[in-house]
Amino acid sequence: MQILMASSRVMWSVAAGVAIAGAVVAFALVWRPAIAAIEPPAPQSFDAALVRRGRDLAAIGNCSDCHTASGARDFAGGLPVPTPFGTIYSSNITPDAETGIGRWSEAAFRRAMRSGVDRDGRHLYPTFPYDHFTNVSDQDNQALYAFLMTREPVHAPARENQLSFPLDRRFVIAGWKLLFLRHGTYQPDPAQGAEWNRGAYLVEGLAHCGACHTPRNRLGAEQARAQFSGGDVENWHAYAINGQSPAPVPWDAAALFTYLRQGWHPDHGVARGPMAQVVANLSTVPESDIRAIAAYMAGVFGAPTADRKRRGDEVLAQANSRTGPASSSSTAPAAQASNSDATGASIYAAACANCHETDRVLPYGGINLGLSTALSGPDARNAANIVLSGVRPVAGERGPIMPGFAAGMNDDQIAALLNYLRARFGKLPPWTDVARTVADARRSQSVFLQTSTGFSNAPAGATQRDKP
Amino acid sequence: MMTLKVNGRDHDIDADPDTPLLYVLRDDLKLNAAKFGCGLGQCGACTVIVDGNAVMSCVTPLLLLEGKQVTTLEGLGTIEAPAPIQRAFMEEQAAQCGYCIAGMMMRAQALLQKNAKPTDAQIRGELELNLCRCGTHMRILRAVHRAARLMQTADASPAPGSAQ
Repeated sequence: MQILMASSRVMWSVAAGVAIAGAVVAFALVWRPAIAAIEPPAPQSFDAALVRRGRDLAAIGNCSDCHTASGARDFAGGLPVPTPFGTIYSSNITPDAETGIGRWSEAAFRRAMRSGVDRDGRHLYPTFPYDHFTNVSDQDNQALYAFLMTREPVHAPARENQLSFPLDRRFVIAGWKLLFLRHGTYQPDPAQGAEWNRGAYLVEGLAHCGACHTPRNRLGAEQARAQFSGGDVENWHAYAINGQSPAPVPWDAAALFTYLRQGWHPDHGVARGPMAQVVANLSTVPESDIRAIAAYMAGVFGAPTADRKRRGDEVLAQANSRTGPASSSSTAPAAQASNSDATGASIYAAACANCHETDRVLPYGGINLGLSTALSGPDARNAANIVLSGVRPVAGERGPIMPGFAAGMNDDQIAALLNYLRARFGKLPPWTDVARTVADARRSQSVFLQTSTGFSNAPAGATQRDKP
Repeated sequence: MMTLKVNGRDHDIDADPDTPLLYVLRDDLKLNAAKFGCGLGQCGACTVIVDGNAVMSCVTPLLLLEGKQVTTLEGLGTIEAPAPIQRAFMEEQAAQCGYCIAGMMMRAQALLQKNAKPTDAQIRGELELNLCRCGTHMRILRAVHRAARLMQTADASPAPGSAQ
């Protein structure tokens, strides 16, 4: 009896010990201290050169894109970010004392960037890509902090996230971090040159390219083994930007530089959707950083195989000659094709070919659709988005434009057009359920479509986008 | 042969299905308000209203118009009884050379049918697609605001047979 009692006491104390240890571990994982609030520093207390560098870094990080809601003040947050788990609203990162980061010390800012914890010690949702920002150097965080703390403070309270239980509990994020947040995922590679290393540092860190271009797992984390294999963002497909790239003409460093710098490339077309804001921001930063990103990413794409290069050359040659099969509408197989194909062919001939089959080069004419990645991509979303909304002009710049056809064509007509374009120019098996893709695109474009407003908070002296 | 509904009337049209609507309006129906500017959907001089939406008629082939209602500037009002949008553009003297103005009025009309009191930013955002080379943009802006006010007053209801 006594033995029994003794052993049950032992078991109880073991269980209690385990429970307490578990609680301590959980507490240690979840709990983060608040960092003392400061008086908002005077803007004049920051060095102007540091602020300027922070501005360029913020442009590389594309901070304004998520932290500025359509039509609202720069960096004041409130943009709804749709995720498979619910809607998360971006936060106000202006130096407003009450609703922004005005009372954050540099240490608090650095901690948020490095480990996704706010000044109060609350875990931040990984829609804020600290899995990349953890690679940002102290020096760069200092510059970013200086830039943000010298913006105009905007009073804009945070909006309530729309997440269901248990994801609305922030302790859950601690578990996510345990599984997926890795510090120091960028290390310089001494075997590579300075430019490559600079590019790697930016791409894996502040520029967070993988946040869109890497597919995510069911818990919303990037799949490390499929890095840059293509992802989804705001009803757009972010193409694979590695060896699996669907681009008809293989990318190289020179083409990447031109595209990222001016927002379009004659062999590849125009950056649209969420990428439009990225290139608008990249057009304002030091050229050397874009060259570095291009050099690093060219390595990620890898040298094309001989076969891929040959196909790319063929497509280019066809696009550049008006007699090749990719550019002569008389070879359209409309005669023996189905009704739907005939509809697509007629729409193409009447509404598209005037610009897309011309000897005027980009940006004055449309790209030959044989070169279009949208038509060789894995689904019809991007092509549907472009046909619906077109390519809006960017104020004050020479760049390609295209009228949108949302008002002029119904979903079935656009689907017929896309199926025709896919077969004729993509020369690939048909996409599935294109009409539904178009209907979804029509629904979502009213939510997400915004014309690029550029980087409106730039100090004087920011470079203009390069002229074509 | 297809039937095209323009300004409330049915027209039998004998043309290829891929003929741009603009050509049919001007050449066959002699409705010359919509202008040929670029032929590429880039300038907006050819803008008309199709089922309530502003559409560039130079890049809209006939085959897309089966069963749809087309409204041109001629369908909004006449010289004797101008529609509010036309009155407003005249009162603000918004035309200089005038080539873009029919398209401007049609896109503004489509906007006002959906949004009776647009803000300055909304008007600018909408009319951004229509180009004016003379530079009467500020007058055009004022004219659209004036049209919005006119449309709210009883004596300026749209002429019969105008846009739905």
